[in-house]
Amino acid sequence: MKSKDGYDLQTGEGLMACPRCDALHVEEELTAGERARCIRCGTVLANPRSGAFVQLIALAFTTMVLMMGAVFFPFLEISRMGIGNATSLFGVALAFADGFLLPLVLAVLIMIVGLPVLRSFLLLYTLVPLAQGRPARRHAATAFRLSEHLRPWSMAEIFVIGTSVALVKVAGLANVHLGPAFWAFFALIFVNLVSRGFMCQTTIWDAIEDSGGRTDGREMVETPKPETAQS
Amino acid sequence: MSNAPDPHDDGPVLTAHRAGLIGCRSCGRVWPAEQAVCKRCGEHLVPPDRRRLQYVWAWLFAGIITYIPANIFPMMRTQTFAGLQGSSEATILEGVVELIHHGSYDIAAIVFVASIIVPIAKFVAITWLALVAGRPATVDQAHTRLKIYEIVEFIGRWSMIDVFVVAILSALVQLGFVASIHPGPAAVSFALSVAFTMLSAQSFDPRLIWRGLPLRSRGNSNDGRGTQAG
Repeated sequence: MKSKDGYDLQTGEGLMACPRCDALHVEEELTAGERARCIRCGTVLANPRSGAFVQLIALAFTTMVLMMGAVFFPFLEISRMGIGNATSLFGVALAFADGFLLPLVLAVLIMIVGLPVLRSFLLLYTLVPLAQGRPARRHAATAFRLSEHLRPWSMAEIFVIGTSVALVKVAGLANVHLGPAFWAFFALIFVNLVSRGFMCQTTIWDAIEDSGGRTDGREMVETPKPETAQS
Repeated sequence: MSNAPDPHDDGPVLTAHRAGLIGCRSCGRVWPAEQAVCKRCGEHLVPPDRRRLQYVWAWLFAGIITYIPANIFPMMRTQTFAGLQGSSEATILEGVVELIHHGSYDIAAIVFVASIIVPIAKFVAITWLALVAGRPATVDQAHTRLKIYEIVEFIGRWSMIDVFVVAILSALVQLGFVASIHPGPAAVSFALSVAFTMLSAQSFDPRLIWRGLPLRSRGNSNDGRGTQAG
């Protein structure tokens, strides 16, 4: 029982619900650059950008490369009275490997290094086949959903601010120099911001579905008349 | 109550729930109400229901409880000259005062806002949101509530700053005899408190803000739930 606009109120086909306020919208394909907002709460429902997949893939690779440097290069160098200590994040992790604060260090490392890398990997896993026009991988939906769920727990940018605070605190105690790893983290903030600008979950979900990965034959094929989405 | 139209719901907007459907919070796909798992993204489908607020309350209480030791116990212990020049322990608040004495007011302000004002404001905001969620509201009130929810959701992670500061300092300042910094028990409980409040904010369903009243899904299988609105 489809209406002329291509949606079905019995099965939900061709409809989209705002994740923030549950308002129903008729789904339609946007062209790149258009933006669909929820009619009630104004949440951005879709914001496709042209070439977004390729950009996101490139940025995911960038994150991985920067993170490699961030982990193994010296992070901060400290010296006082001729006794110096240059430390990389990797070194920090090893130094704490047997302390009672191991859980705290592990949690911190996971939040600032593990999750950004994992998210980049999941994004690559999801997007590379899609960008090449091949069918999505079998677990693409799970991977992308996990990546979105982990977004708030990936805290590289907060870590950079934390470092600045730590620098001020330690300034009276010793001389501190910023190492290359700090600047890698700093660059990650901007990579992250750009990546967010290109990210449009709705487009990616549609692409996963359209590519035949986990389809149920309900994807929109033709554009219904514009009704709810404003560009 | 469950059959009478609710005057406070902003009428013209049809929600998935009111249409007898269920929307996926992860990908937006709409399914028939009896569907349990979204076939597109694999997310569990949950109706906007005040009973889900239990998760919010549980995580919130956990967050408040762990916030107490985070303020009582020392965040870190500084030793200079292996304790000969004295070792000092500082709680969160003492750390802020120390920074002010050093003259770095801006950093003191960052730490004070991130580890004292933000967590407490978050507790208050989540409590209020969970109390008023699903209660009658005008459209304007709903917009205000959504705004507050978005602020809480956005700002929650930033409280982690203090934990990172302690982690960096203790890793960095291991100059052996000269000076050393060790994390205190408060660092762990503060990290837990931030994590719990983040989970609490994440389990809050913003769709409840827009639902004037609890479930009225065509009366079937949801009878009697109207009384839970309180």
